[in-house]
Amino acid sequence: MQYFTEHKWMQFVALLVVFFALVMAIDPATGGNLWRLQETRFWLLPDVVNDGLKFLINDFWVVETYDAELDITEQSTMMKEFTRDLSGVVLFSINLIRELLLGGVKTVVAFTSWDFISENEWARIPALPWPAVAAGAFLTGQYLGGRNLSLLAGISTIYIAVFGQWTPAMQTLSFVLVAVPLSVLLGLTLGIIAFRNKTFEAALAPLLNVAQTMPHFSYLIPVVVFFGIGDHAGAISTVIFATPPMIRLTILGLKKVSPEVVEAGMMSGCNSRQLMFKVLIPTARHDILIGVNQVIMQCLAMAVIASFIGAKGLGYDLLVSLNMLRIGQALELGLSIVLIAVVLDRLSLAWAKKQVDYFADVPFHLRHKYSLAFVGILTFTSVIAYVASMAFPDKANYFYFIHESQGLTTEKFWDSIVDWIITNTYDSVQSFNVFMITSILMPMKEAYLSMPVAATLFLVAGTGYIVGGLRSAIVATAFIAFIALTPWWDRALITAYMTTFAVIISVTIGCSVGILCSRSPKATKFILLVCDTFQTFPSFVYLIPVIMLFGVSDLSVLIAVIVYATIPATRYTVEGLSNVPKSLQEAGSMSGVNRTQRLLKIELPLAFPHIMLGINQTVIFSLFMIIIGAFIGTDDLGQLIMQSLSEANGMGQGIVLGLCVAFIGLAVDHLIHTWAEQRKKVLGLA
Amino acid sequence: MSTSAQPVIKCESVYKIFGANAVKILEQSGGKVDTASLLEAGCVIGVNNASFEVHKGEMLVIMGLSGSGKSTLLRCISRLIDTTAGDIFIDGEDLLAMNAKELINIRRNKMGMVFQSFALLPHKTVLENIALPLQAKGISTRDSMARAMDMVNLVELTNCENDFPRQLSGGQQQRVGIARSLAVEPEIWFLDEPFSALDPLIRREMQDEFLRLQSVLHKTILFVTHDFDEALRLADRIAIMKDGVIEQIDTPANIVLKPATEYVAKFTRGVPRERVLSCKAIMEEYDATATMSDVTVSANAIIETVAGSVLTEQNPVAVIDAEGNIVGALNRNIMIDVLFGETNSMPVNN
Repeated sequence: MQYFTEHKWMQFVALLVVFFALVMAIDPATGGNLWRLQETRFWLLPDVVNDGLKFLINDFWVVETYDAELDITEQSTMMKEFTRDLSGVVLFSINLIRELLLGGVKTVVAFTSWDFISENEWARIPALPWPAVAAGAFLTGQYLGGRNLSLLAGISTIYIAVFGQWTPAMQTLSFVLVAVPLSVLLGLTLGIIAFRNKTFEAALAPLLNVAQTMPHFSYLIPVVVFFGIGDHAGAISTVIFATPPMIRLTILGLKKVSPEVVEAGMMSGCNSRQLMFKVLIPTARHDILIGVNQVIMQCLAMAVIASFIGAKGLGYDLLVSLNMLRIGQALELGLSIVLIAVVLDRLSLAWAKKQVDYFADVPFHLRHKYSLAFVGILTFTSVIAYVASMAFPDKANYFYFIHESQGLTTEKFWDSIVDWIITNTYDSVQSFNVFMITSILMPMKEAYLSMPVAATLFLVAGTGYIVGGLRSAIVATAFIAFIALTPWWDRALITAYMTTFAVIISVTIGCSVGILCSRSPKATKFILLVCDTFQTFPSFVYLIPVIMLFGVSDLSVLIAVIVYATIPATRYTVEGLSNVPKSLQEAGSMSGVNRTQRLLKIELPLAFPHIMLGINQTVIFSLFMIIIGAFIGTDDLGQLIMQSLSEANGMGQGIVLGLCVAFIGLAVDHLIHTWAEQRKKVLGLA
Repeated sequence: MSTSAQPVIKCESVYKIFGANAVKILEQSGGKVDTASLLEAGCVIGVNNASFEVHKGEMLVIMGLSGSGKSTLLRCISRLIDTTAGDIFIDGEDLLAMNAKELINIRRNKMGMVFQSFALLPHKTVLENIALPLQAKGISTRDSMARAMDMVNLVELTNCENDFPRQLSGGQQQRVGIARSLAVEPEIWFLDEPFSALDPLIRREMQDEFLRLQSVLHKTILFVTHDFDEALRLADRIAIMKDGVIEQIDTPANIVLKPATEYVAKFTRGVPRERVLSCKAIMEEYDATATMSDVTVSANAIIETVAGSVLTEQNPVAVIDAEGNIVGALNRNIMIDVLFGETNSMPVNN
């Protein structure tokens, strides 16, 4: 008995035995509530959520508004007015940046009227000629980070222009340039408040948890209802999605600042504002910068997803070309998104590292050489572009932008490769496909679908209890019970099966690669670089090559998920192994262990808590990607979320479905985190 | 040191008590501190009834082992933490009664502090780190950088001003910390174990550097250390703390010669007196009729440094003060007694 209480794995085996016994015992036909919970009033939850939000928009806090143009007083609600104003501000900002880049009249209209525009030909913001933007990219790169960065930024810009993606790319850029600063500011502000106010932090924590595990699509529906459709809605949903990691990392960074540094700031006579902005935030800048980085990545990932609700740009074009199965075009668009992501990422990092020279006594024209050069090139190219458009008014002007139809394209090339792959590998891929689906995926799906509610809850509660005692048992069971109470238990099981499959493969690949690479410092550096690069890719981009090679099926979704979710597994394994204290490795070596023994007896056990956190990330990444995979076609929760996007009363359903996905993630997250924390304590790492 | 002038720092029955109930218990007892009942309530006493004065230009070293409350006391006086009970006066002003604005003001103009782990801002260069207090004060970038550059030269870090802290050695980093704390030309200088994180050789070098600076700057100093030798080397007076209580506060000579408690004696045992005491402490009265040697020694000279010259003289050696007046005499017998005799067996002048 003592052996049993001391060894958790024994308890877990016993738990599994009982679980399988329950699965056998509960018969689908007669099991009733034990098999699947019957319809209860809880099924009305989506409607309640829907009605609640509708009430908030339509009937709550009614105010009178005066419409100056029509000279009437209307009834409206505070929420409507608020969202309308917010939409207006965001849309105006996006349009302003967009028209600065591409030219247009909407900004001028905002201050005057359409009549004014039609009467005055000149009243428009001229487009920036793309060579000027490219020169700007070169110069900014040179100024911030030297030659390599300059080349990266400049060549990327030229690629985008020459390949005829100028317009959508600048649309995406304008959208990102509004969403990123908004998210960063919002995240920073909320993070600072949470850092200063413990109550606020406690209130924020569960919200952040849910927000970070809700699938992207679930954000879209309420945003559409509250803010309508268009670029502003896309930007707002992006901000909602990108802010939580920023808040998290701000709090984390501020908390990590050593107390002596704070004291040094106070003794230097800083007031609380100076202490925050001159001492705390700069000292915590490493984490805050990772936050900014994450925000940029999230914004570009959302650039595709936000196009579902009307955001224009590369994402929208990508979506269209994927829908039409024009793989070559999708590939080029995807590359553009990746390039923008990488360039913004590197520029922001370089900017943060930029150093000031206080004693350089340089004349004005040298100190501002980059700005002056840019102004010069801008004037020069603008004049040429203007003259050209005057001289050849009927021809397309390549100086402003190169239209898609005139740009270079490698589409044919890629398409022919895809054709070649399909014709040459069709049989083998198809047989692999069939084999996977019929002999592995379908049986696995069947097995998952035969899990009774009662048995599953018992398993979850038991695991929770073994891992973290009564508290964990209650938390984990509550999350899963919520899903059981909704009408979508079967769908959730399908999501669970896909997640399990993807996570098992990802972790196997990721950990093996991680362990192999951690053997040599060079390989470690290399693999971390690979992970960094892949992480910059917006999640949607992963679907392109998979569709290209495997066509549209459950399997291709899973492959995309596996590729995407292997990144955190690899990264955390490498990090965990290379963070094992050197003294312990030396102690091991001096005890006469060989390489394998050292790995098995010393490094892996010590790195295990960190690797577990990687597995946790793998689960979250998989869930996100599986829901995005609904775009290709799956039959899990994600598919339902996609459907509710287009339904009139989809808002409540979408949110509850999103919560179901989030709760699967949170249950796993809770269990793994609790376990990893305990292990860390046991190993003396925490 | 003139006792008539107002002390720069004055502590009166300062208490710092940690624990959730501390304030409540103090209120119940009407502000009177009853240590027994506080301990019973699970409170931890950081500083227990500390009273002392520090005068202008004086260096008080607070010495104690870890957990003795020395850093806590320093933080009470710099008001980085709130004092539970007692009074602290800086130049006669009640420190504990100051509001946030006055406190910032006094820190911007009168106080500087050096930290054990250097506490430099990692993202700023040496120059920017040193300029922080100046910029906090609102001095223009140009002026504060020029002033910071002066400080860089003062602590002999010239040519390192554009390096980041991570590029410097521990000793160099602490020089930056020292320069930063001195940038606003404070009157009071707090040092919290400034050299504890350094290697022994570097530590010695930094102590010399510190003494050099102090001989130029004449700051009023509170210096915290756990190193008794360091305390002896640097201090005008030493306060030895244990469990929050100041066991003894006196000159290094008196602490070594007359330890007040058994605990203090543990530290002083084995300390070579000739390294601590000055000639003043052991000299005998000057007898005008005696034949004196040609050699003279300074009253403030440490015995070790003059022992050789006294021992090689047949006749007594005159001890002179700073003005050259003879204030006492030393002979070989006294010297031999000090160097090789029993501890505590000989009379000592105060």
